[in-house]
Amino acid sequence: MRRSLLFIPGNNPAMLQNADVFESDAVIIDLEDAVSISEKDSARNLVKNFLNSYRLPIEVIIRINGMDTDFYQADLEAIVSNNIDTILLPKANPRDLIKLDQILSKIEQKNGLTKKIGVIPIIELASSILDVREIATSPRVNGLLLGAEDLSSDLEVSRTLAGDEIFYARSMIAISCRAYNIDAIDTPFTDVRNEEGLLADSQKARGLGMNAKACIHPNQIDIVNKIFSPSKEQIEQALRILKAFENAQKEGKGVFSLDGKMVDKPIIERAKKTIDKAKRFGLI
Amino acid sequence: MKNVLNRFVPRGYIPFQGSKTIINSSKRKLIPEVYTSNANKLCGSLAEVFDKLNITDGMTLSFHHHLRNGDYCLNMVMQEASKRGIKNLTLAPSSLFPVHAPLVPLIENQTVTKIYTNYLNGPVAKAISEGKLKELLVMQTHGGRARAIEAGELSIDVAFVAAPAADKKGNANGVDGPSACGALGYAIPDVKYAKKVVIITDNLVENLDYIEIDEKYVDYVVVVDKIGEQSGIVSGTTKITRDPVALKIARNTAQLLNELGLIKNGFSLQTGAGGTSLAVASEVKKIMLEKNITASFASGGITAYFVEMLEAGLINELWDVQCFDLEAVRSYKVNKKHYGMSSSKYANPYEEDVVVNKLDFVILGATEIDLNFNVNVTTDSKGLLIGGSGGHSDTAAGANVTIITTPLIKSRIPIIKEELTTISTPGEDVDVLVTERGIAINPKRTDLLDKLQNSKLNILPIEQLLEISYQYTGIPEPIKKSDKVIGVVEYRDGTIIDSIYKLGED
Repeated sequence: MRRSLLFIPGNNPAMLQNADVFESDAVIIDLEDAVSISEKDSARNLVKNFLNSYRLPIEVIIRINGMDTDFYQADLEAIVSNNIDTILLPKANPRDLIKLDQILSKIEQKNGLTKKIGVIPIIELASSILDVREIATSPRVNGLLLGAEDLSSDLEVSRTLAGDEIFYARSMIAISCRAYNIDAIDTPFTDVRNEEGLLADSQKARGLGMNAKACIHPNQIDIVNKIFSPSKEQIEQALRILKAFENAQKEGKGVFSLDGKMVDKPIIERAKKTIDKAKRFGLI
Repeated sequence: MKNVLNRFVPRGYIPFQGSKTIINSSKRKLIPEVYTSNANKLCGSLAEVFDKLNITDGMTLSFHHHLRNGDYCLNMVMQEASKRGIKNLTLAPSSLFPVHAPLVPLIENQTVTKIYTNYLNGPVAKAISEGKLKELLVMQTHGGRARAIEAGELSIDVAFVAAPAADKKGNANGVDGPSACGALGYAIPDVKYAKKVVIITDNLVENLDYIEIDEKYVDYVVVVDKIGEQSGIVSGTTKITRDPVALKIARNTAQLLNELGLIKNGFSLQTGAGGTSLAVASEVKKIMLEKNITASFASGGITAYFVEMLEAGLINELWDVQCFDLEAVRSYKVNKKHYGMSSSKYANPYEEDVVVNKLDFVILGATEIDLNFNVNVTTDSKGLLIGGSGGHSDTAAGANVTIITTPLIKSRIPIIKEELTTISTPGEDVDVLVTERGIAINPKRTDLLDKLQNSKLNILPIEQLLEISYQYTGIPEPIKKSDKVIGVVEYRDGTIIDSIYKLGED
């Protein structure tokens, strides 16, 4: 369960040093787009040595180079260890995800990992949208990340502040993720100085069912955490529902009402999820 | 000789004994104010002033720093002194900036042999760090300077006062004219107690609407083409930082203040002008708006941000000792509740009703802090002079809660040290250190620790914060210190809290 995932360039020691300072739920150390071809080797070494030296207290995700490049294997060889949690795979498709699972299994075995590395595919091709159910159910996948910039290129449309062009992709990803109980992670908001825009964009994504958002600047995390956390009022209401449910159970009632409205199973389940989230994010 | 902080004190100086020891056990010393008997004050040039005052070898000349890095006056006066071959002058500028670089050759050729100041950076600071000043540099605090002047310890022969507006009788202010710099708080003790006072202006007027410096103290008025560059007064950054580390520190600081119950109706505050300080102010403002709270006053150097809060009704009064930007200059002229104050009223430890003692909290910076919360703002970790206390020690001593905000690591150097390069402010007056990775409370403040028992903020012993920084930087090798003392850090009570050393050889 995540709300905010902060991208950090893998070739920037000062930013790596502060990776866990900003209260994001996860950090995505980027070996792909943020690192030029001439710096791929040095970034890989830097990240490997950094992670060997500092145990980050949050989820560590590595964006490797795509499986259509010459770099991804070296990335995985260098980086897969108990120091990381998840691989973020660019331009994901079902075939690559199976291959990635096999490679990860081999490295996990070879390096004697005590944990199983998870995978978040990036949905950034039109074909990935069509394959989204298959991708969501691929091995190790625990979330999908919408990559709206590349997707728009693939669709040959412009990105807009309103985001109509990604309405279908967001909905498709959100519904698939809900169906398979994995995280629906929204695309980053690229105008890092526009806080109002970020707020509106996050609200829109949440309204469509996304439950987390990637951030490309630490100053975006506060807003994203706020939008993707249950509100104080929601937490209070959920606690009231669960309390009433507990009382009803004691009295042997299957269905009960609160504030004049009937409370049934879906409402109780939703209240439980809200409280789980609130606990997970230290809100209660 | 060593003082109570175990720092070396050169012979002839009184060692520091604790922040309140001397102040609580002694009375204010005041020499009589000096009034002029001169009626014909207007001079045609600085040369004429030098002639009339017979400025000669060994005198002490003072200057204020309200034009900051835009000041032309100190250089003008010193050019005249140099032309005349005057030697062994003592200078007492309230601060020195990079614009005062022409002073370096005058230090080298002993036109100037001693300097008292509160803050310095740039080429003059470097030259002094390299050991070029013949006698010891004395770094005072803003309040300490006012105290030393009124007590006659810092005896000024001639105070040169740059004034953005003046009349021929010698009345002056800082708010009118093309070089307006706002409040003239640092010049007030000089004006009252210097043996002679010279107003230097580029804006001679018939009448002044507002008089900050009274003619009764002023001996001469000299008109020059330009006293300075107004844009040069802008102090550091006047915009809220975008640096995410600094913003995190600011958020944590505001949350801490809130949890300590310090953001309440009628509270008072002071922050500096840097981006982080303004970010703290901005976070505090959010809480004030949320809780519908107004502050009684903000003090110190004033910036546009505080003007905005005054004009929005969030702060009732501004107490301004110097304007840090042009918006503050404008406000000082037009807002009735934007008051000026002398450096004595601001920070003199012996002043009745001194403003720093009324502060609920102050937010300050540090270049280094040790495990006893002693703070260095005078030198960098190599010993190069890069600033000075200014009002740091004064506000730390006065405010109920003194908070240091700083990143744990700057340019790969840990800010927490086992031993400071220079002590500027004693740890007994420093209560809290806020960094991006945790907050340390001075163990002496058990009242604060009690209030924070249930806090979700990451509160750690300062030793643990040091360990965290070592995980990133390793333990730095000690920097070679030279044995040669080139200056002293004078605490606000006139005792010596530390010595300043010549830069070591690299």
